[in-house]
Amino acid sequence: MRNIWTIAKREYNHYFISPIAYVVAFIILFTEGIYFTYIISFYSQQALFGGMQAPDITPINWLFVFLLVFTTPAITMRSLSDEARTGTLELLLTAPIRDYELIIGKWLGGLLFVLTILAVTLVYAIIMNSLVTPGIDQQLMISSYLGVILAAAALLALGVGISAIFTNQIAAFFATFGLFFILWFMMGIFGNLVQGSGAQVFQYLNISAHFSDALNTGSIKLSDLVYFLSLIALGLFTGTTAVEIRRWR
Amino acid sequence: MIQVNGLTKDYGARRAIDNLTFDAEQGEIVGFLGPNGAGKTTTMRILTGYMPPSDGTATVAGYDIMEESLEVRRRVGYLPETVPLYNDMTALEYLKFMAELRHIPDTEERAYETLEGVNLTERANSYISTFSKGMRQRMGLAQALIHRPEVLILDEPTIGLDPAQVVEMRKVIREIGKDRTVLLSTHILSEAQQICDRVLIINKGKIVTEDTPENLQSRLVGAQRVILRVRGDSDGLSGKVSKVKGVRAVESKPDGSVEFEFGAGEDARPQVAKTIIQAGYELLEMRAVGLSLEEIFLELTRDNAPGKKSS
Repeated sequence: MRNIWTIAKREYNHYFISPIAYVVAFIILFTEGIYFTYIISFYSQQALFGGMQAPDITPINWLFVFLLVFTTPAITMRSLSDEARTGTLELLLTAPIRDYELIIGKWLGGLLFVLTILAVTLVYAIIMNSLVTPGIDQQLMISSYLGVILAAAALLALGVGISAIFTNQIAAFFATFGLFFILWFMMGIFGNLVQGSGAQVFQYLNISAHFSDALNTGSIKLSDLVYFLSLIALGLFTGTTAVEIRRWR
Repeated sequence: MIQVNGLTKDYGARRAIDNLTFDAEQGEIVGFLGPNGAGKTTTMRILTGYMPPSDGTATVAGYDIMEESLEVRRRVGYLPETVPLYNDMTALEYLKFMAELRHIPDTEERAYETLEGVNLTERANSYISTFSKGMRQRMGLAQALIHRPEVLILDEPTIGLDPAQVVEMRKVIREIGKDRTVLLSTHILSEAQQICDRVLIINKGKIVTEDTPENLQSRLVGAQRVILRVRGDSDGLSGKVSKVKGVRAVESKPDGSVEFEFGAGEDARPQVAKTIIQAGYELLEMRAVGLSLEEIFLELTRDNAPGKKSS
C-alpha cells in the first residue's frame, strides 16, 4: 500500500508540471464553464416564461465524461511508455516494489489528478444549488458524481494498461483513444445494427449505456457498478501483465 | 555475496549469456570486462531482478533472484547503463522519492547524506535536467546508494565522463567497495585494473577468463608491441630491426614508422635502439603500444595463449 502511495504521489505531482495536463484541465474547465453558463441562462429564460423545470448537474457531468473520452488518452499516454523510453522503468522494476503496485500507483495518481479537476466543477453544483429552490436533487447529484468517478477510474485504468504495452507515447495515445472511441460511440451503433443477444453484448460493453443512461439518471444499479469495476480490473491487469511480459522478453 | 550458477539467457534464438558461473565475496570489487554485446548488461539485469534468466540460478546476499526477488532488490543498489533520472525533479526530490520507495524512515536526512557522498550537496535543489553528464552519473550512483545496499551493481559507471570525472568516479567506487560487494562492468582494461580486486573477462556470453588484474596483466604481457619512428627516410629500417634477437612481427606502416613485437622476458628495445643508431638513423620515438581489448580476446581465446586456463 505504501509503495502504491509513493508511486501515486510522484505521478500526481508530475501532472502539475506537465503542459499536457494543463491543456487537458483547461479544455475540460473551459468547455464546462461555457456549457454551465448556457444551461443557467436557458433555465432562467424558461423560468421567466413560467417554466417550472429546475436544472440539475447531470448535463455538466455528462460533458465531463464525454470530454474524458478524448482527454484521458493524453493523460495516460506517457504514464508507463515514457518510463520505458527514458529508462526509468528499469529503476522502478529493480526497486523493491511489485509490478501491480507500480500499475495501481500510476492509475491512482492519474485518478487523483482527474478528481482534482472534478473538484473544481463542484462549484457549478454549488452555484446551481443556490439558484434553485429548494435546491437541486441531492440523490441524483450523488448518483451522477459516483458515475463520473467510476467512469474516470475505468478510462484511466484502461489508459494506464495500454500505456504499459507501448514504448512510444503517441502509439499509446492512439491505441487508447481507439479503444475509447469503440467503447463510447461504436458499441451503441453496433448494438442498433444487430438483433438479439448480439445487441445485448454490444449494449453491455457500451460505456455510455452504463453512465449516461444509468448512473447519470439517478439510478444506482449493481450491474453498472460491476461493469465499471470490471473495466478497472481489466485495465490494471493488462498493465501488470504488460510489465511482466516486458521482463520476460 | 553473489553466487551465479549456470546462468543462461536467450533473447529469442540468440543466446546472450551462456552458462555463466562466478561468485563475488563481501568487500570485493569484481570487474566485468568485455566488448559491447558480450552479455554484461544482461547478467546485471538478471542479478538485479529486472529480468528472469532462461536457465540457471543465482543468489545475491543469500536470496534467490527468482524466488525472493524483492528481498534481493532490497539489498542491491543498481546503476543501469542509461542512468535512470527524472529530469523534472530536483536532486533532492529524486532521492527522497527513491528513499520512500525503499522505506527509509527519514528520507530528507538520508537524501542529504547521500548527496554529500557524491559531492552534489550544493546542487540539492537544482533540477536534474540542468545537470552535466558527470553529475547525472553521480546522481545515478547516489540513487543506487540511498539504501546503503550490501551489494552494488554498476553498469559502465564511467562511460561518457571526461577524464577528471572518470578519476573522481573511480575514487568514489573504490571508497564504496571497501565494505561492500561491487560488481561493475566496463570495456576499458585499465579501468578494471585500477578499481577491481578481480576481473572476469566475458565474451559472447561466456567467461573467457577470471583472475586478479595483476595476474591477468602478467599473463597478457606475453608479447609487447612497440612503435618506432625515425627522422627522415626510413627505408631499410624494418630489415635492420627484424635482425635484432627476440624481435618478431615487424611491420612497416605507411607513415614511415615501424611496429614490432618481442616476447616476454626478452626486452629487445635497448638492442633495437643501439642497432638503428649505429645504422645512422635518427631515433625520434620508441613507444610501447598497449594491447587493445580485442587483441586481448584474441590472445586469450587462442589455443596456446599464454597462461590460458583450461576449462
